[in-house]
Amino acid sequence: MILSVENLTVQFPTRRGTLTALDSVSFSIAPGEVLGVVGESGAGKSITGMAVIRLLEPPGRIAGGEVRLEGRRIDDLPHEEMRKVRGRRIGVVFQDPLTSLNPLYTIGHQLVETISTHLPLTGKQARERAVSLLKEVGIPGAEARFEHYPHQFSGGMRQRVVIALAIAAEPKLIIADEPTTALDVSIQAQIIALLKRLAQTRGTAVMLITHDMGVIAETSDRVAVMYAGRIVEIGPVRDVIHAPRHPYTVGLMGSIPKIASRKTRLVQIDGAMPRLNAIPRGCAFNPRCPKRFERCLAERPGLLPAGTSEAACWLHAPAAA
Amino acid sequence: MPLLRLEAVSRDFDVSRPWLNRVLEGEPRRSLRAVDRVDLEVERGETLALVGESGCGKSTVARLIVGLYAPTEGRIAFTGRRMQMIFQDPYASLNPRWRVKDIVAEPIVVLGLQEEKSIQERVFDLLVQVGLSPDDAARYPHEFSGGQRQRISIARALAGEPDLLLCDEPTSALDVSVQAQILNLMTELQRRLSLTYVFISHNLAVVSQVADRVGVMYLGRIVELGSSSSLFARPRHPYTRMLLDAVPDLQMSGKARTPVAGEVPNPLEPPPGCVFHPRCPHANERCRAERPAVIDSIACHAVAEGRI
Repeated sequence: MILSVENLTVQFPTRRGTLTALDSVSFSIAPGEVLGVVGESGAGKSITGMAVIRLLEPPGRIAGGEVRLEGRRIDDLPHEEMRKVRGRRIGVVFQDPLTSLNPLYTIGHQLVETISTHLPLTGKQARERAVSLLKEVGIPGAEARFEHYPHQFSGGMRQRVVIALAIAAEPKLIIADEPTTALDVSIQAQIIALLKRLAQTRGTAVMLITHDMGVIAETSDRVAVMYAGRIVEIGPVRDVIHAPRHPYTVGLMGSIPKIASRKTRLVQIDGAMPRLNAIPRGCAFNPRCPKRFERCLAERPGLLPAGTSEAACWLHAPAAA
Repeated sequence: MPLLRLEAVSRDFDVSRPWLNRVLEGEPRRSLRAVDRVDLEVERGETLALVGESGCGKSTVARLIVGLYAPTEGRIAFTGRRMQMIFQDPYASLNPRWRVKDIVAEPIVVLGLQEEKSIQERVFDLLVQVGLSPDDAARYPHEFSGGQRQRISIARALAGEPDLLLCDEPTSALDVSVQAQILNLMTELQRRLSLTYVFISHNLAVVSQVADRVGVMYLGRIVELGSSSSLFARPRHPYTRMLLDAVPDLQMSGKARTPVAGEVPNPLEPPPGCVFHPRCPHANERCRAERPAVIDSIACHAVAEGRI
């Protein structure tokens, strides 16, 4: 396993008490595998990514659990050590390429800087590598574009530059947080294809965080569905999409509009996800769940085997089955 | 007679540099054509959707219809009495200092639609219609989630008793499960109150769920217009096909997708002829030189010549 996360818990101490944004989350990603992390806003998917690279906004902090990269713990590394892990062994792609790039430097300068920080190369070698990276991510006229500034690129091309930066030092893991959300559909498909190709050809593990189930269906091998700070279902992407096991995933899949040639009524989950300071007792989904029974109100379910997937739902408890 | 008719409507924006730069550097005035000779008709009781990528001019058309912009050329005729708009961002479109009851009552008061003593009752009634409770009337917008705020926007729009509702990306800022709630609500309200919608969205799947007719826009022009059933089942214009092909396949049928090449060109220097020709797999000399006329609601030489 490239990345293994166990019982990761993130808390935000506030004046009105401690909020648990991530509650005992466990998952792992193998080499060349794309794990999709899906959920609605506030479910904790971005926090998971930020906790892995230790870039949580204060006062957020890791309150428990372990994060291992290629078997080595990274959640307790000193800050300086962690800085070397970021960029060198974990590459990150964020939603908005403009905030990831420095507007005052050419993209060539930024690529060479990243390469020479992490790899022992001469200036000339670093430059050659930068140009070949730009070619690899599909930027036409890479040599000429080397001297251009971020504002001279379109949104899709900028996101390609950010991906080139993320893979510059050949990291083992790429964390992509909503990499296609700011892009138009036609460009989105190009970026998805690029990420998938990189994972396959380089054997990089990818953690793809998105709210868009369509993007997950196209790219991921496995998918983790998050709700109120926990993983409620995790399994092979085909099974989660075609045979969801958790009532929340069932509702989520039904509420996604599909291209249809006539109007249909969408499946509706009533209500909204609870706020962090008002997570109900028992299963966090129980007030919105059409299948809840007594045990759901009292006890919180852990991940239980359900077919080829795992679901945090008492419906899959051995006694209920 | 249609409720709304746009005849060859165009809108230019002046994007010249400041006067001093123009004088010193000898630059001419420049203008950008955001909407280019758009023809459109909306019948009472139907939902017409405009779909396209960012910068295609769909929001400018919405603003032209409600009169927030004046057309540079062409004519817009509206045979109803009133129209109302629902905006994308439910955080920016509600006044944070007003209570919900004042927000929803404003169109009623301004337009003088009700006796003063019956306004409150009407507001309560509207809140119930959009799935909120009369108790919510005394609260402020910040106490609501994004989906609930969009319900308040809808209640406010309905308060003006509009003949036409313009919805500009009404669900783009919402999570999918909340989006489903709002789309279902809009469909129900349409059935109950026989509303007419012009629905602007970049999301083809959303559009296919709500629209009766769909116009596909590219670089300021409508390239294909048709009934939702035929357009999604048998797209004809190469751009419509490309857009539909680019939508991620949730069914995971494993069908091979044609990767889409290229990007939307700079609207300041639109390509000559058919604006889509640089990205079109069927483009020939004629496409590069001559602007395609709209024949049978579709603007494409290849379709007109029977090449595709």
